[in-house]
Formats: sequence, structure tokens, C-alpha cells
Amino acid sequence: MPEPVSEQTISVEINGETYEQEVEARKLLVHFIRDVVDLTGTHVGCDTGNCGACTVLMDGKTIKSCMLLAIQADGATITTVEGLAAGGELTPLQRAFSASHALQCGYCTPGMLLSAAYLLEQNPHPSEEEIRRGIQGNICRCTGYVNIVEAIKSVAEGGGA
Amino acid sequence: MSAPVPLLVARCRALPGSAAGKHSLELGRVGESAARVDGIPKTTGEFAYSSDLAAAGMLWGHTVRSRHAHARIRGIEISEAVGMPGVHAVLTHDDVPGEKRYGLEFPDQPVLAIDRVRYFGEAVALVAAEHPEQARRAAAKITVDYEPLEPVVDPERATEQEPLHPDRPTAGHGYLDDPRPNVIRSMVVRHGDPDALGDVSVEGVYEVGIQDQAFLGPESGLAVPDGEGGIDIYVATQWLHVDRDQVAPCLALEPEQVRIHLAGVGGAFGGREDLSMQIHGAMLALHTGRPVKIVYGREESFTGHVHRHPARIWAEHRAALDGRLVAVRMRILLDGGAYASSSTAVVANACAFACGPYRVDNALIESTCVYSNNPPCGAMRGFGAVQTCFAHEAQMDKLAAVLDIDPVELRLLNALEPGDVLPTGQTLTGSFPVAEVIRRAAALDPPEPEELPRDPLRLPGGSGNTTHGQGVRRGIGFAAGFKNICYSEGFDDSCAARVRLFAGGAGELQAEVHCAGAEVGQGVTNVILQVARTELGIESVVLAPASTADVGSAGSASASRMTWMAAGAVQLACRAALEERERTGVDVDVERVYRHPRTWPLDPETGQITGGPAHVSFACAAMKVVAEVDVELGLTRLVWIGTAQDVGKAVNPQAVYGQIEGGTAQGIGLALMEEIQTRGGLITNASFTDYLIPTTLDVPPIVAELVEDPEPDGPYGLKGVGEPPTVVSTAAVLSALRAATGRELARVPVRPDEIVGL
Amino acid sequence: MDVLTPRSLDEALRLKTEHPDAVPIAGGTDLMVALNFDRERPGVILNLGEVPELRGWSRDDGLLRIGAGLTYAEAMAEPLRSLLPALAEASRTVGSPQIRNRGTLGGNLGTASPAGDSLPPLLVEDAEVEVASLGGSRRIALHEFLVGPKQNALAPEELIVAVLVRPSGAPQTFMKVGPRNAMVIAVCSLAVAVDRERGELRAAFGSAGPVPLLVIAPLAEADGFPALVASAASPIDDVRGTAAYRRHALRVLAVRGLERCLAA
Repeated sequence: MPEPVSEQTISVEINGETYEQEVEARKLLVHFIRDVVDLTGTHVGCDTGNCGACTVLMDGKTIKSCMLLAIQADGATITTVEGLAAGGELTPLQRAFSASHALQCGYCTPGMLLSAAYLLEQNPHPSEEEIRRGIQGNICRCTGYVNIVEAIKSVAEGGGA
Repeated sequence: MSAPVPLLVARCRALPGSAAGKHSLELGRVGESAARVDGIPKTTGEFAYSSDLAAAGMLWGHTVRSRHAHARIRGIEISEAVGMPGVHAVLTHDDVPGEKRYGLEFPDQPVLAIDRVRYFGEAVALVAAEHPEQARRAAAKITVDYEPLEPVVDPERATEQEPLHPDRPTAGHGYLDDPRPNVIRSMVVRHGDPDALGDVSVEGVYEVGIQDQAFLGPESGLAVPDGEGGIDIYVATQWLHVDRDQVAPCLALEPEQVRIHLAGVGGAFGGREDLSMQIHGAMLALHTGRPVKIVYGREESFTGHVHRHPARIWAEHRAALDGRLVAVRMRILLDGGAYASSSTAVVANACAFACGPYRVDNALIESTCVYSNNPPCGAMRGFGAVQTCFAHEAQMDKLAAVLDIDPVELRLLNALEPGDVLPTGQTLTGSFPVAEVIRRAAALDPPEPEELPRDPLRLPGGSGNTTHGQGVRRGIGFAAGFKNICYSEGFDDSCAARVRLFAGGAGELQAEVHCAGAEVGQGVTNVILQVARTELGIESVVLAPASTADVGSAGSASASRMTWMAAGAVQLACRAALEERERTGVDVDVERVYRHPRTWPLDPETGQITGGPAHVSFACAAMKVVAEVDVELGLTRLVWIGTAQDVGKAVNPQAVYGQIEGGTAQGIGLALMEEIQTRGGLITNASFTDYLIPTTLDVPPIVAELVEDPEPDGPYGLKGVGEPPTVVSTAAVLSALRAATGRELARVPVRPDEIVGL
Repeated sequence: MDVLTPRSLDEALRLKTEHPDAVPIAGGTDLMVALNFDRERPGVILNLGEVPELRGWSRDDGLLRIGAGLTYAEAMAEPLRSLLPALAEASRTVGSPQIRNRGTLGGNLGTASPAGDSLPPLLVEDAEVEVASLGGSRRIALHEFLVGPKQNALAPEELIVAVLVRPSGAPQTFMKVGPRNAMVIAVCSLAVAVDRERGELRAAFGSAGPVPLLVIAPLAEADGFPALVASAASPIDDVRGTAAYRRHALRVLAVRGLERCLAA
């Protein structure tokens, strides 16, 4: 029978590397990713699960990593923005976001990219409406979304995220 | 001239300003839609925001803030906090080494509250600890003994209540002398015969709620002691040198001992023009001798920065039967909150743009901004002009209805053009294509109404599935507006740039540019590099990270001025560097300061120009909005937006479109959902759960047309572009809502209650 | 803060008995907000993410047994979507895709917020909540389970295990009012069903009283039903809306909900 522990050892695979680490029970997954694993591309914007800046893929699904304790990710496989360009090759989404000004301050971009990648994996040829629905949980304060939707559309039309 | 930048920052993956690193990019010249220089680092996660920085031996700072809107401080007990695990410093106002007060324009705000707090969230004490959680826990053990005082919360009554700043910090600065308590600035613009009568008259009272910049990256920064008594501060800010000039006196340091370095900025929109963590972090760092990082959470961010001024506006428009405006009278009341920030300029803007981009021979505009115990207000995109545009465009629609003239025709009939005189007496010169933007926006064709049934996501209420078409009415609205570009009223507005020209390894010419213009996401990095490439005629140009350490002030990334000023400065410095290299034949390093044509203050009694123009340039925009409104539930879906904007010359057209789209979205937010709510001065919705920002399902497709009519005084003919879309979009959305509902809708954000008539 | 991570339901129940103050966490989408804003500092949390018995759903003789750990995204997928269409519609309005991938029905029940989006559709379908402790399990009708704002009938040593519901097959819908077209907490919400077999009009509202409430009327009384729904509400003024608007909106939603269901 487990006893209450203030720290727990977890094993999490992030971007293909396994991290086995003792973490405090109260540590958020996003802080584990940022402060322990030192992947600062995952941003914190609101602390309430609204803005989507902290979006990562966990076991293939998008989640908001500020809404999860690190211990809840024990055994999970996670992809952060740093894991998109595996091997140094930018993904079509990354190229499209950069080329078509689908970002300004860029703070929302990592989360937006992961939501877009998840969307295109589930639905490789979404309509504009489906794109907007797919990224409704990611707030961008700079762009008005027009170029973001365009960038995702261009990748969807070009075939493959 | 330059102090070395310490290399303590461990995670300098891609500080703003640096080039795209290993990824090569085609970077264009002036006028080309080049990709963003920071585009790739921002898509890979490499780009380092202020919250991503770390340094060896770093401590975490935390700010204790007031939970009262107005209270006397009888004592602050810190002894328990000092003894908490991991705690290295607990500081109060007693520990402020130098000046106890600071401010963007007037030093009226205590670094840490002294004997009184004047707003909910005012900083009272600081903690530094090994771990952020330890700092938070220690902060919770600081006991402040407050004696609550009656808060001043109604701006209408503020001028009759006890003064919050008895020493009147803004008096004696050349403004109208207004001895009433709590007046930050009042202003009158009297032009022609304000009593002139027209054939018809319309009147209205309009109200604007408190909007928040809600930039996505909360305030954060890292202060690093240099070991010689000075400090390096890496921070997300809009105006590095004025940060330095506010920080240094409070630390009792020389300006050179304080070096502000721009860290990655997660949006700004005016909200980073005032200081946030800069002095606090530096105090803790100097006190402990360790680097100190401070990162605000979202709740703290809502209380830790200034907001858009809420406004109450009474307006009367008189016109002849043929539609010509005869007289405009307006009274504008702005609530500045507890400290002045940029309120005095907001008052001036509210007056200057009160009549909109229309010819008015007779006007009386009165504007007052007061101190109160409400959340402090300052800069936000389009300040002053956003509030009055909402009012003057509602009035123009009313007038069109009364006169039975098409609203677009009415606007065209009255559109200002060069040669016309503004209510301040300033004659318009240069480029100002008001009629053109109105015509171009009006000519944009919205899509036909969609058939029913449709996916509820394409109906008002969106994902809430509230209608399948019941109660839905369509309305088309229109608005035009304008705003000044660059600083005004005699402000010595300048920007420095430094260019180093040198021979590269293979003997080819290379350049390094220094400019402290803050890249806040708007794309000034591209502007600087595109200008440098254009002027120097070479590709190999890099931009050094923005810092006060090695170049003069660029001024603020605000007032739609940064592109203009940075382009002017970089152009000047590049040309000087080329000349000097031509003359000397060796590597050169030159710095030049650019100034736009000077402006003059307005007469404090009459609001009329003195000596010369008060504004250097103006930009206008017009917008057509199609909205569908569920008139039974009061919910809205914006269907389409078409806009035309006067941009002078687009340095990077794609970036300009991005500014227009993003600026429009922020105006949509103010129109439909964004408001900081307060009760007795306390903010009741300081989270993104209840302060709502438009999502992808709230911002429609936006069709934008750029009207390029070169501004003779602007470098390459350009004008600033950031603010006009925000100025017009709130007004244009409301116009569409009125068309759909037939209701007056005199307050933004509009509440469902008002649409359904409760 | 300490954590307990049981690997089976039996272990979870034992731990809950030993640590009755332990705060259960499943998806975490409610609890984390409170933790992040420092509103709650629980001494011990009970991480239910590793309890397999709470996952998935099953059907036995027409009775659905939905594990407390079912996510909103799962409730939106077939065949559950066709079995409980209003619940699927409500799930679609919850937060954002990321939150729907994590948030659970059990969490919504545990939080028992007046604004809990899954609660009105479950009330309309006469759902029961299966709760368990070491002493055994019991079923509580959902309307009895919800006892006040953020208060439920759970005893300290009990855990929410499942939701039990016998899908009526009646035409039904869910509507939620918010000033933003995605990602809002309900200003008010309404689930409506027209159950011809039982001869009943059924509606349950959220965010218009201390708890989501079920209102029933005979099939023949459709004309007066919207007013009945509105009068059953006891809304308040808060940052999200006014009491008057909520009452008004419920009436409109009831009209529309009936129209949809009667046409089906």
C-alpha cells in the first residue's frame, strides 16, 4: 500500500529521450518540461488552462501542460515544440508559420504548432472551419489568426504536417 | 562607450535581434514581404523569452501586493518571512536605495508602497529565495497592517473627493491649470463657434470599459549584479532607455551603471511601457549579490500593469441638411486610476481625435482624466483615439439615420483632406487619404449570407450550439478613424542607430547594426534589417541584441512610431557609415540620431496650436464589418471584415497585413467581450477564465487593402500601422451590431443584456 | 503537498479510507486551476490516473456504465455520441480540445459546479452516480448527488466510480450561452429532451442556481414549459452575467430546445 510521498520518481519520454527523475508532487508538467528537462519552448501564459501556450502532445493527444502534475505524466510519451523538427529538419508547419508571418511575438506559436500538428494528423485535409475549430484552444493575441489559418491551410493543401 | 554584456545568461539560445542562426533566410529590401527574421527560432522553441532566462546562482523574486484598493499602511511585519527556509532577502520601501518614487512621465508611484496603497495589486514588499515556491511561502508570511480607506472609484465624483496625490504631480507642466482634486490633466479644445447651430443635431452618451493588453507572455525578467555596484537587467519591455532612466535614480546609480537588455517579448501593446519587475528585481539582486529572476503569473500580470483607460463620453453633433458637419461638442471623462503613467498624453489624444477624420469648423472638446483607486491605466494600442472613435462613429451613424443619408456617403462628404484645418488649428499637410480609405473599404464586397441549416459553429453562440438560425439577424457596419503617428505636443522624439561596417573574412563588406528599438512582435527587426540592406546594398547585415549598453535611445515601441523612427535612424546611420568608409577607406562605426520634424505644445487655455503643428503625421483607416446577431440571446458572430488602411508605404507588406489583422482582433475583443471588472476598486476577473480574449471562432476572415500614399516626412514615405486598425474596429463592429439589432448599444464591451434589451 | 498513486480501485479505496482528506485528481482540469492560483493547498492528493477500473464504459442490458475517468473527447466519440447525444453536445462545449482530452465526467461530478457542462444532459437522462468505499458501493440519483454549489453527497472515504444511465433514446439537445464563441464557462446552459415514451418534457439547466436542476412537465404542456424552466431557476449576478439575463436566456433556450426535439 503506497504511503503519501512528497516526491515521486517518474519516467517520461520527451522528444524520444527518456527522463527518469524524482519530482515534487506539486510540480506541474510544464515546469518539469521547462525547469527540469530545460526545454523552454513550452510557454506558460495563463495558469488556468485557457491560453494554450503550454500545449504539448501526450501519448499522441494535445493537452495543456499547466493543467497536469508531472507525476500524472509518469510513463507517458510527450512531444514538445523542440521535438517537431527531429533531426534538424523543420516540419512543413514550422516552415509555413515562419514563411507566412503566422506569428508575431511568437509566444503562442509552440502550442499552436502542436495543436495544428494534432489536427492534421487526425484530419489531413481540414476545411477552414475545421482548422479554426482545431486551434480554438490556443489564443493568439498578435495575429488575429488570419495568417495562422492560412499557414495551416497551406500545409493541409500541400499534403502532410 | 559600451560596457561588456555579461555572459551569465545561460540560455542565450536566440536572444531577440540576433539573426536566424543556423537557418539561412532570404531577407528582403524595403517594400518586400520578407519572412520574419525571428520566424524560425520562434517555431522551434529556441527563441528565448524573458521568462526563459536563467543564470548560475539565480534566486527567485516575488512581489507582495495589496489586496486593498485604498488603505493606510500602519506597519509591515517581515521578521517571520526573513527566517523562512531559502529566503535571502525581504525588502520594503525602507530598502529602496534612492528615489522612492518613479513614473513614465511623472514620478508619482512608490517603488514599494510607503504609508498608503492606492490600488488593488500595488507592490508593498519583495522577497528573494532559492526557489519560487519558497519565495511565495515567505511572501505569505509578511503581515501588512492596513487601515482600509474609502476608495475613490467613481470618476464622476473623483474631482470632489479627498485628493489621492495632494502634491499634484502633474501640475506645472504646461497643462491647463485645474485645481480640482484628483485631476491628472484636463484639456479644452475650442475651435470656431462651438455654439453654431445646424439643421439637425444628434446626441449620445458612450461608455468604454477597462481593456487589458493581455499580452500572452506575462511580465518577467532577470536582474544580474555586475560585481561593481551596477546591474544588468534582461527584461521584456518597450522602451529600454526610459526604463533605465527610471530605474537608476531609484537604485541611486548613474544611468551607465544600469544596463537594460531586451529579452524576448511575449507581446506588449502598450502594457510594457511602464516598469514592471525592473526596479524590484534589481533591488533584490543588488541586495543579495545574486542574479534574481521574477516571473509574474497571469493574475499578477492583470494587477501588475496599466490598462486601457475606461471612458465616459458625451457627444453632440450638429449638421446641415446636406450632411455637412457644423459643430461637434464632446465631453470626455477618463479614469487614470491610481498613478499618472501616460494619462496626460491619453487626454490629449482623446481631444485631438474626438471629431474623427472629418472636417469640423466649430468644436468644443473637453477632456479630463482623474486619479482614482481603480486599476491604473496607461498605454494601450490606439490610446485616446479608440475611446473617442467609438463615440464619434456612433454619432456619424446616428446623423446618417436622421438625415437619411447613406453612412458611407456622409463620411465621404465630411472626409478631411490635406489643406483642411483640424480643431486644434493644425493644417493638414502631407499624406492623409481619408476619402480614399473610405471608398476602398466601402468597395470591398462581403460574402453573400450563408444558407441554413449550418454547423452551429458558423452561427452566433458558436460551440454553444444555441441557435440553428432562430433569432439571427445580419447587419453591416462601417467606421472610419485616425490617429497620430509618433510622439506629439513638442516631445523631443528621437531614435539612435549605430552601424559598424567592416570587411569580412573574404574581404566582402559586412555590417552590424545596433538599435534599441524594442522588437515586441511587431517586426521592427525586419524593418531595421530591410532598411540596412536597402541602404548598404549588401546582404550580410546582422542586428545586435537591443541594449542600453551600446547605443542611444530608440524611444518607445509605441504610438505607431517604431518603424518610422527606426527606419529613419538606420537609414541615416547607414548613409553616414557609407560616406565615412568612402572617405577613410577603413572599417567604420558610426552612430546617428534621427528626429522627425518637430512638434509644438498646444495652448493650455484654448487647445490651439502654438508655433507649429502638434502632430507630425496622421494615419487613417476605414472598416466594413458584417455581423450576425442572435437578437434573442444577445450573442454575436462576426462573419467578415473588410478594411482599407493608409500606410504611407509598406516596408514589409505581409507584416503590415499582420498588424492590421491583429489590431482588428483586439478591437473586436473590446467590442464584444474584453473588460476588467471591478468592485470597489478590486479586480474581480483577473484570469483568462473570465477575462475573455477572442479565439479563432471569434475573429472572422479579414480582407485588408493597403493604401500607399507616401508620407513626405516619413522615411521611404512610410507611416506607422499598428494602431489605426484597433482604433476603427471597435467602432465598426458596434456599427454592424446596431444595424442588426436596431439598438443604440452605447457601451463597450457590449453585453448580451443590452442586445436583448434587458 | 503529498501524493498517493494507487494502481487499482481496491487500493484507491483503501487509501481514501486511510486518508479521507486526500483530494482526488483525475484529468486535473479543475483542481489545477485552484492549485495554480493558490486557492487550494491540499495536504495529500490521490492520483486516480493509474486506476484501470475507472476507464472506459460498458453496456449491460441497456444500462450504460460509464467509468468516472471517461474524458469529454471519449464522450464525443461514437457510439456513445449516438447513445447520449446531449452529453456529446455538452462535451463539445467544454473548454478546448486539449481540455477535452484530459477532463473527465468523474471530475465534473466531483467538482459539482453549477456550471458543470456534463451535468444537465446527465440529469435529463436520469443518471445515477456509483460511488464506492471499502464498505461497498451505492448508487445516488444525480439530482440527489448534487447538494449545493461545489458540494456533492460523497462521504469522505468514498470515490466516484461510474455514472450509470439507461439512454432514453429521446430526442435531446444541449445549449450553452457564453459571450465568446469557444472556450467559455457557461453563463447558463440547458439540456432538453422530449421523451414521448414517458410522456415528458425534460430540461435541466446549469449556471442558473446553486446546482444544475431538472424540470419536468407533461408532454402536452409545451407552451408553458419555457416559463416553467425560467421560473425554476434562481440565478445570481456575477462577473459572467446578470440574473435577469440568465432567466431570459433560459426561456429562449427552452423554446429552441423544444422546437429542435419536437421536430426530431
